[in-house]
Amino acid sequence: MNPSPLTTRRPGPTTLSADPWQTHAGSIVAIRDETPGVRSYDLSIVDAAVRARYAFAPGQFNMLYLPGIGEAAISISSDPATPQLLTHTVRAVGNVTDALAKLVVGDRIFLRGPYGKPWPLGDLAGGDLIFVAGGLGLASQRAAILDVARHRDRFGRVTILHGAKTPSGLLYPSEYAAWREAGIDVDCTVDAPEAGWTGSVGLVTDLLAQLPLEPGRSGLLCCGPDPMMAGVATGAAKRGLGPEAVWMSLERNMSCAVGQCGLCQFGPFFVCLDGPVFRYDRIEKLLGVRCL
Amino acid sequence: MILGPEALQRLIEVLALEYRVIGPTVADGAVVLRDLASADDLPTGWIDEQDGGHYRLQRDESAGPFDHVVGPHSLKNFLFPPREPIARFERVEGVWEECAPAAPERPLAVIGMRGCDLAALAIQDRVFLRGDSGEGEAIDPAYQRRRNGLFLVAVDCRRAAATCFCHSTGSGPAACSASAGRQADLALVDLGPGPADGVAPCAGPRRYECRIGSERGAAVIDAIAADLPLRPSPPEDVAAAERVPVDLERAMWARERSDGGPGRSLDMENIRDLLYSNLEHPRWLEVADRCLSCTNCTLVCPTCFCASVTEVADLSGDAVTRERHWASCFSLDHARMHGTSVRHTTASRYRQWLTHKLGGWIDQFGTSGCTGCGRCITWCPVGIDLTAEVAAIRETPAPSTGPTP
Repeated sequence: MNPSPLTTRRPGPTTLSADPWQTHAGSIVAIRDETPGVRSYDLSIVDAAVRARYAFAPGQFNMLYLPGIGEAAISISSDPATPQLLTHTVRAVGNVTDALAKLVVGDRIFLRGPYGKPWPLGDLAGGDLIFVAGGLGLASQRAAILDVARHRDRFGRVTILHGAKTPSGLLYPSEYAAWREAGIDVDCTVDAPEAGWTGSVGLVTDLLAQLPLEPGRSGLLCCGPDPMMAGVATGAAKRGLGPEAVWMSLERNMSCAVGQCGLCQFGPFFVCLDGPVFRYDRIEKLLGVRCL
Repeated sequence: MILGPEALQRLIEVLALEYRVIGPTVADGAVVLRDLASADDLPTGWIDEQDGGHYRLQRDESAGPFDHVVGPHSLKNFLFPPREPIARFERVEGVWEECAPAAPERPLAVIGMRGCDLAALAIQDRVFLRGDSGEGEAIDPAYQRRRNGLFLVAVDCRRAAATCFCHSTGSGPAACSASAGRQADLALVDLGPGPADGVAPCAGPRRYECRIGSERGAAVIDAIAADLPLRPSPPEDVAAAERVPVDLERAMWARERSDGGPGRSLDMENIRDLLYSNLEHPRWLEVADRCLSCTNCTLVCPTCFCASVTEVADLSGDAVTRERHWASCFSLDHARMHGTSVRHTTASRYRQWLTHKLGGWIDQFGTSGCTGCGRCITWCPVGIDLTAEVAAIRETPAPSTGPTP
């Protein structure tokens, strides 16, 4: 079953099971090296019946589990039209992600999901889209980009502004040609150029400052470190994109993913349930509070 | 229905046929909730003296089995236990598989629950059985199983501790309240030693007015009545029982501190917006100078539900139990991200606890997370009093800077 395209529907956290803690075995079908320390894992749910009813919306995440190691919340980065194959792009930075990095094709990963509020693509149909991604933040947007590319005629101008520390930190570079082919502008910038880099040097906010845009019909979707997203929101406001036209995907400590463990709280919100994608006007004041 | 001491004993015996029977008993210098073997285990003759950072049991020969107030335990310890397995995985011939859930345990009967206990239960139901919101339809299956099997015997408080403020949070002192959603299978009111026939007012055995709240409750009373003749409550006993929580509530509103100020209460008016518009209030830094970040308040709180999961492997490494255990927003690990803690100051952690308990909870579950039980005040080693912290912020609120989230 394919998801209805460009949906804002959020499949419930118990889509797959009545017990929120129950996982489903997935088999690693392919592993790709992305940027240094970052790999993509293509997973296929082992149980055919579960695989057939699994559906997700772009921006949602799965909890990936390795027995004896633990769980991590990872965005789903593959095309929502083909949820039989689920891509997760992961940086090895912790207990679980380090263990993931040691796995090989054919190994098992257990998963449960999908969880969280997706990017509001359905609400933004008919307008212009600006994706702004810092580093690995693009992983949470790839599913949305593939969805938009598939339904390109439903949007006006679509732009991806992607920034990384170095050119080798730019994510999914081999796919930019296909995205451009589909009618999506891809503009990259780096903090520190390497030999051969001919693109922009600077912050994604610099790219945003120069981007031709029509405030009344544009939605900006942002994912990256908190300070970068705050900078993007400020930059967007300068270009006439108010907080109600900006969405961002937040990251917090997640454990249960269904609003019962309390660990991912951000002000009155559970990031797992109320987010991870928030419209900026809902969280603007909270993001400015230290240690919240 | 009037129950005497023999009927109270029979109640425990009848319940034990079907349930694991839990109730108050004296252990380690406090009234705690443990397995009851007989009515002799109840804390008859003991009362508790409580205040900020202070708990002492005192001998009082006139005290009945339920004249203590609340101790450090609550229903949470049994419905959402401090540690419990949530899943188990085994590796067979190199391949991991998730095992079937463990067999359900014996259902619970809990005796002696007060208004604040039942209010806390209703709040935890909203957390773990959030089926009606249509938003996150997650239900915790272990909690649900225990909750469905739970048999509750409520008791009306006859006294309040200095730390109690349930009268101001709408969660007591009356144990049961249909309008507030507080219900029990049986509800007892201690009418003291009888009989009330005017001959010898305080000489006879202790009597309890008993109300039946469910079919299961009626079946238990029938089973008791098969051995012991039970007489219906005379109208004067019914009236006396109804007066107990009314009189106590009136007394709680009227009580005074030793310095003549009003007794403890929590002004719930607009409390969510008050706290969220004062996230940078200097009081958070001031309370952080006293707070030890010890997590006691979250452990004794009957509604705090934060938890994290630990992987527990056996020695072979081929079997792993995923164990959920209580977590606390006062620990650094609670908001850990990328190897550091988002809330690395005590001020930010106290702020998280109080704004969540009294503010964010309303957004999340449509109810405050506080029942006015006062446990967090009693068991705080330095006696921090949330009612005083809220009052301090209310006294000098920050100028409003627009709508709160």
